[in-house]
Formats: sequence, C-alpha cells, structure tokens
Amino acid sequence: MTRRFDVLVIGGGNAALCAAISARRAGASVLVLEGAPKFYRGGNTRHTRNMRCAHDAATEILTGPYTEEEFWKDLLLVTGGQTDEELARFMIRESKDILNWIVEQGVRWQPSLGGTLSLGRTNSFFLGGGRAMLNALYRTAEELGVDVLYDAEVIDLVIENGMFLSAQLKQPVGGRTEVRASTLVAAAGGFEANIEWLKQYWGEAADNFLIRGTPYNRGAILKMLLAKGVQEIGDPTQCHAVAIDARAPKFDGGIITRHDSVVFGIVVNKHAERFYDEGEDIWPKRYAIWGRLVAAQPDQIAYIIFDSTVVTSFMPTLFPPIAGATIAELAGKLELDAPALEKTITDFNAAVQPGTFDHTILDDCATQGITPAKTHWARKIETPPYLAYPVRPGITFTYLGTRVNKQSRMLMKDGKPSANMFAAGEIMAGNVLGKGYAAGIGMTIGSVFGRVAGREAAKNARN
Amino acid sequence: MHGTRILQEADRLMTVCNSCRYCEGLCAVFPAMEMRRAFSDGDLNYLANLCHACGACYTDCQFSPPHEFNVNVPKTLAVARAESYAAYAWPRAFAGAFARNGLVISLIAALSVAAFIFGFAAINDRGVLYGIHTGPGAFYKLMPHNAMALLFGAALLYAILALVMGVRAFWRAIGEPVGMKTDAKSLLQAVRDAGELRYLDGGGVGCFNEDDHPTDRRKLYHHFTFYGFVLCFAATCVGTLYHYLLAREAPYAWWDLPVVLGTLGGIGLVVGPIGLLSEKWKRDRVLVDEQQMGMDTAFILMLFLTSVTGLALLLWRESAAMGPLLALHLGVVFALFITMPYGKFVHGIYRFVALVRYARERQMMAE
Ligand SMILES: Cc1cc2nc3c(=O)[nH]c(=O)nc-3n(C[C@H](O)[C@H](O)[C@H](O)COP(=O)(O)OP(=O)(O)OC[C@H]3O[C@@H](n4cnc5c(N)ncnc54)[C@H](O)[C@@H]3O)c2cc1C
Ligand code: SF4
Ligand code: SF4
Repeated sequence: MTRRFDVLVIGGGNAALCAAISARRAGASVLVLEGAPKFYRGGNTRHTRNMRCAHDAATEILTGPYTEEEFWKDLLLVTGGQTDEELARFMIRESKDILNWIVEQGVRWQPSLGGTLSLGRTNSFFLGGGRAMLNALYRTAEELGVDVLYDAEVIDLVIENGMFLSAQLKQPVGGRTEVRASTLVAAAGGFEANIEWLKQYWGEAADNFLIRGTPYNRGAILKMLLAKGVQEIGDPTQCHAVAIDARAPKFDGGIITRHDSVVFGIVVNKHAERFYDEGEDIWPKRYAIWGRLVAAQPDQIAYIIFDSTVVTSFMPTLFPPIAGATIAELAGKLELDAPALEKTITDFNAAVQPGTFDHTILDDCATQGITPAKTHWARKIETPPYLAYPVRPGITFTYLGTRVNKQSRMLMKDGKPSANMFAAGEIMAGNVLGKGYAAGIGMTIGSVFGRVAGREAAKNARN
Repeated sequence: MHGTRILQEADRLMTVCNSCRYCEGLCAVFPAMEMRRAFSDGDLNYLANLCHACGACYTDCQFSPPHEFNVNVPKTLAVARAESYAAYAWPRAFAGAFARNGLVISLIAALSVAAFIFGFAAINDRGVLYGIHTGPGAFYKLMPHNAMALLFGAALLYAILALVMGVRAFWRAIGEPVGMKTDAKSLLQAVRDAGELRYLDGGGVGCFNEDDHPTDRRKLYHHFTFYGFVLCFAATCVGTLYHYLLAREAPYAWWDLPVVLGTLGGIGLVVGPIGLLSEKWKRDRVLVDEQQMGMDTAFILMLFLTSVTGLALLLWRESAAMGPLLALHLGVVFALFITMPYGKFVHGIYRFVALVRYARERQMMAE
C-alpha cells in the first residue's frame, strides 16, 4: 500500500460504509480496511433488520408520525438519562434525512408487512435484511471508486499528539503492512467478541456468554485509541444483552437464537427457582433485560418453562423446545432437581389469580403471595406436555467507546478535538446510549455518525 | 420425517427461515412459509414450486455457507422442485424419465425425426421428399393433412392428459384451499404474477446469477421464451382454424397471421433459449442443482430446435429442402409434445398452480 489515501476507514459494517460513501461523494480518495473475509464482511450489521428514524408523516414503509420529540423521549426512557443530550438530539434530527439518504445509496426498505414485530411506526425494515443492505452499500461504494480490502485486520495505529499517521496491517498487502492516510475514520465496532476483555468486568461468568454477532469485533481499535489518548465514554459493563438459546453457537448465531416466550411461562435457574418477574413489561423492553438477569444467575443458565397451550403464541424458534409428559420428566431432561421444579410450579400455579389474558397490553393476570411475583400474563402451567428452552446471556454489543463531538471527531483526554480522527457506529455508541437499548438505534448511530464522519474527514483531508 | 432427504433439508431450512423472516419481502415463498409452523411433504413441494430461483435469499442471507447454519434456500428448493416433478408424474412408471431427462429427450427427438423422414420417404417416393412444392397444400404432399392432424392431435392430447393428471396429484398434495376453484380473483392474480414473472426480481433489484450484482437478464430471456412459445402456439391454433373454418391451406403468405405469429414467436424462441442457456452457463454453481442441468438444457434446446427448424422451413419452403426441413420440424415438435409432461416444461405449470394457491391463501388471510 504505497498509495496515500485521503480517508482511511477501519471496519466494514454500516458505519464504515456510510462513512466511506459519504467521504467519496465529498471528493476524497477512500480506502476501507475490513478485518473479516469477504463473506463475513460487515460485522454485526449483517445480522440487523431495521433502523429507527424520526419522521413527521407516514410514508410507504412507515406508519407515522414519529416525531423528534417522541424519539428523544424514548431514548431518555431506555437510557435513564445516561446520554449526551446535544449529540443525541443532533442524531435524532439527522435521522430524518437518513431515511432518504440511505435509499440514495441503493438500500431498499420493505413495505410494512404488518408481520411479527410491532415496530411499523418507529422502525424501517431493510428489504432482505442487514446483509442485503450491506451488499447494496458495498456495490455503491465500489461503483463510486472506494477501495475495499478484505482480510485486512488492523493491528496497530501510529498516533502522535492526537494525530493519526498510519495503520499497521496483520497481513501484508502488495508487500507492505503500513497504510498511510490523511484522516482516519474508526468504525470497527465494539469488543463484545473479546471474551478476555469482557472478563475484566464480568469475571469468569463471561466464559458462559454467547456472542450473537460477528467474531471479528474484538475491540482492538477501540483499545488502541483509548491507550493513545482518546477520551473514553460509557460504562464498560453496559451492553445490550438478551436471553438466547443455550444451544446456540458461541458466535454469530444471529437473530434466530432469541426467545420471545418469557411472558408465556416462568423462568427458573439451575436450582429450579424463579428469580424475576416474568411479566414486568412488554416487548421490546423485557427482551433486553433478560440477558443481564440470566448473567447474574449461577452458571449463567436459566430455563423458560411453559406448557403446550402457548406454543403457537410466539415466534417459531430455531431449536425445538425440550418436552416432558410430566414436570418430573422435563426436570430430568433439563438436569434440574425434579421435586424442586415441581414445587416451584405448584407454588406458582397456586398463586395465579383469575384475570383476562391479553399479551398485547399489561393485562390483569397476576400472581398473589409469591416472590418474585409475576405481575402480568400469569397463567397456570398445567397442560402437558411441559416444555422448556434453556437460555444463556447473548451479548449483542458493548457501549464503552470513544468520545466524539457533533462532527463525529474524536475528543482527546484533554478535551481537545483530534486533528484528523473520527469515529462512527458501535465504537462510539456509548455517547448516545449510556445504557439500555431501543430497537433499531444501532443502525441509526452508525448511519448518522458514519455519514457525518465521512464528510468531515473528507473536508479535513483536503485542508 | 419426510419422504426424501431433500425434503428433510427443506424442512430444516424453513424452520431456520421461519425464526428469522428477514427475507419476507423478497418473494412469495417466505410469506407462504410464515402461514405455517410445521411442513408436510406437500407443503414443502408447494413452497419449492413457488420459488422462482432468483437467488436473492442466498445473497442476502447472513447464514449462507460457510456459516455453520448452512442456509441455501434456492438450491435446496431447486432440488426439491425437480424431485416434485417426478413425484407427481403420470403415469407413475414414467417418473424415472425426469432423472435421465436429457438422454430420454435426445433419444425420443432423434427417433421422432428419423420416423418422420422415413415415413415421408416410405409413403411417397424419394422424388416427393426432395421435390419442390409450392402453393396452398404444399406441405400435405408430404403428409396428408388428416394424418398430420391425427398424429399431432394425439400427441398433444396425450401430453395434456399426462400434465393434467400430474397437476391434479400436485394440487391434492399441496392441499387445495377451500373455494380455490371458484375464486376468479385469485386466478387472475396468479395469471398476472406468472405473466410478469413477479417473483423473479429479487424483491425489485433483479435476479442474482453469476455474482452479487443483480440483473434483469434471466427475467428478460424467460419472457422471450415464454411469450415466444405462446405466439408459436397461437400460430398453430390460428392455422388450424384457417384450415377448418376458412378452408385455407398452409403454407400461408409471410404477411398472413399464422406466419406473422409464428415468426415473432420463433424469434422469441431463438433469443430466449440462447439467453437462458448462456445465463445458466454463467450461474454461480452454489445456486444450481447440478443434477437437473441435463433436464434444463434438454428442454431449452428442444425449444430452440423447434423454432430454428420452423424458421428454416419458412425461409426455404420453396426449395428442394422443404421436405427434409418439414420432416425435421415435425419430428422435433412431435418429440417436444410427448416429452413435455416429463421434463422442464412442467415447471411453468406447477409454478402457476402454486401461484394460484398462494393468491388464494393471501385472499383468505385478508378476508
Ligand atoms: C443479532 C443482532 C441483531 C441486531 N439487530 C439490529 C437491528 O435490527 N437494528 C439495529 O439498529 N441494530 C441491530 N443490531 C446492532 C447492530 O448490529 C450494531 O449496532 C451495528 O451493526 C453497528 O455497526 P458498526 O458498523 O458500528 O459495526 P459492525 O457492523 O459490527 O462492523 C464492525 C466492523 O469492524 C470490523 N473490524 C473489527 N475489528 C477490526 C480490525 N482490527 N481491523 C479491521 N476491521 C475490523 C469488523 O469485521 C466489522 O466489519 C443487532 C445486532 C445483532 C448482533
Ligand atoms: S434465507 Fe437466511 S436471511 Fe432469509 S429468511 Fe432464511 S435464514 Fe433468514
Ligand atoms: S424466489 Fe428468490 S428469494 Fe424467493 S425463495 Fe426462491 S431464490 Fe429465494
């Protein structure tokens, strides 16, 4: 790589490609270094499905409106206020235009099919999913003349006084491993696939975590940037984690390993004890809390237990439920103590009060006299066969990141903006998402800040 | 458990896809899948025939190989589709013809052509076969019109009977929804979907063939082939009507309706098959059911030969070549007719039936 580029983009997902395209459209020469092989290009973006954007009126793909103010309130709610208001409001404002900009880059939206998810107003769905979206971005980038290298893992960055000079590649390209560029856009994702790093905060429990997305997001770039004077943001223990099937692969199981059945049954730990109110809240909030709850249980394992009356009430699942004609038989298959499980279920059934079941609202089916209570959707588990899904924490992405300003420019520890370094996507998500998650925000962060970072980096390079 | 290994695999994939559903906007297969939780053999054969092999769901899938979930919907459904043709073939004894389709078709074609040439020469003396015949009724100097009508009528009727019986078996297996036969709206919808090849567009961008750059070429060549076939068929029908209703005998002048239809159709049937073959040649092997290549190629070649011999006949019908060309053309058409129920031709029909069922299913959902 003897050629010197205006903008070097590290990463190959949504944030990276939006940055690359926007920098190229602003006239810069652009090189994208994607650490993964071509098939796995695009990190976690491959697994996504939708994006949350504000809009003032209904469109072909969205029922509406979803105002900036409402988006802001939703964000405030999930983060509990742990967000940079100025940046967040900036992102929300920009998200309106992203809906159209992303289409101009060849990405197609799916007309609302009114299917499984109730997100038709706030979120737009990619036609064909995240990989289709990525394929479109790559096609556009290549047509515009962006250079893309695969298997191009960056293992070191030369940074002096907040100024990026060059990047080192693991494998030589054209006989060289050094890449020089006038500006840098870091869009290399979080560190969720780096179990060793996760262990620093979670201890040995992290060994039992399953990583829902790409094995290539090991956080090397983030670590280097923080080590070389970039200001950090976000709580390292905060991440997006859901309960996924314990039989899922260690990495890259994607969306299809999730379980959406918690409200229809009870959840017990390896001692066959319930540990949390399964009826606390409706999707998607409940979806995002169970990863953490399971992570806090012994051996990081839990079992969703329900009976045959509800099997068709939730999304079909990849792994079939484990079944038993009696509770004892089910316990045997799950390797749980049978009397303990029988007692938990008998106690639970006895506590269930009559009510009118409706899983679309916070209904009045609740328990009385047990802890933890099940405050909604509580119904007896009494119709065999009895069924169960074993679940583990499934990590989606991490929130520790690099501090940026509205130009997506990294801020150094002393508060000064970096001379030529920008960040976009998961690697800076913590600026907006201090904790919690609202479906589709990952892509909003990547697209909005990616587009800004590319544009600003191009401007910077030409000065 | 399913009847065959490929249906077992199709079932596994539909379970994966049903818990994912990212592809639901791409074609009819996924919404149809979503209406079910478990899949019978018939369901899977229905879904397989609803697939237009556009390849989008392979290129767009985060779990396609080398991912360990190994999701390859287009290829799996292509194999299942090919097997479904054999599964419903009538009479049952001929089901095996699908497996050795390329060979069977070439043998039947060669034999039919030889039979026509020999037949012409045997009925008449050699002078007639190589003689110059012009004006109305010229063709019938070689073979009396009634003999021709009888022979081709019988072949066509047999083809239609075998196809109807096959479709009936398929129809029953996929579980005919209530009221389907009387539902004109669904039928019309299916005619429209088939006529514009709605699901061969990868959800809008085009078909994926040799790489991840979608194009509309496969759709275009399909259209040339299909409408070419329809025009040729129309030409034959008009010719028959001319003969019986107007007592006008073939060959007709170049500007006459049967010839105009036949010529346009013939051009479609040259351009279409050549295009389809070249696309097939380029197609990424990962999407292709290799076993079926012989069958596909044989059918495409038969269509191509039908039109080429027909066009040649049109060009040289006033020369000494007319006899041999007519024998050749009739031989190819005859072979096409009798092999139709046992080759790739059925894909269009099964797909149409699946589309009707899908339209009806949607209709019922909406009601
Ligand atoms: C199963 C699943 C479903 C999800 N669904 C949604 C959804 O529907 N909507 C939504 O908004 N969000 C969703 N998310 C979250 C979303 O995936 C992320 O927020 C988003 O992909 C982040 O984009 P990014 O470009 O920053 O990072 P990524 O898309 O993860 O890209 C990071 C890139 O950096 C590369 N890389 C890493 N290290 C190096 C290195 N050292 N050198 C070179 N390259 C490197 C990786 O290979 C990868 O290409 C989902 C996540 C998962 C796991
Ligand atoms: S083909 Fe892949 S992306 Fe499409 S629905 Fe199936 S599993 Fe999901
Ligand atoms: S028609 Fe295309 S998108 Fe639909 S199943 Fe077949 S190959 Fe996949």
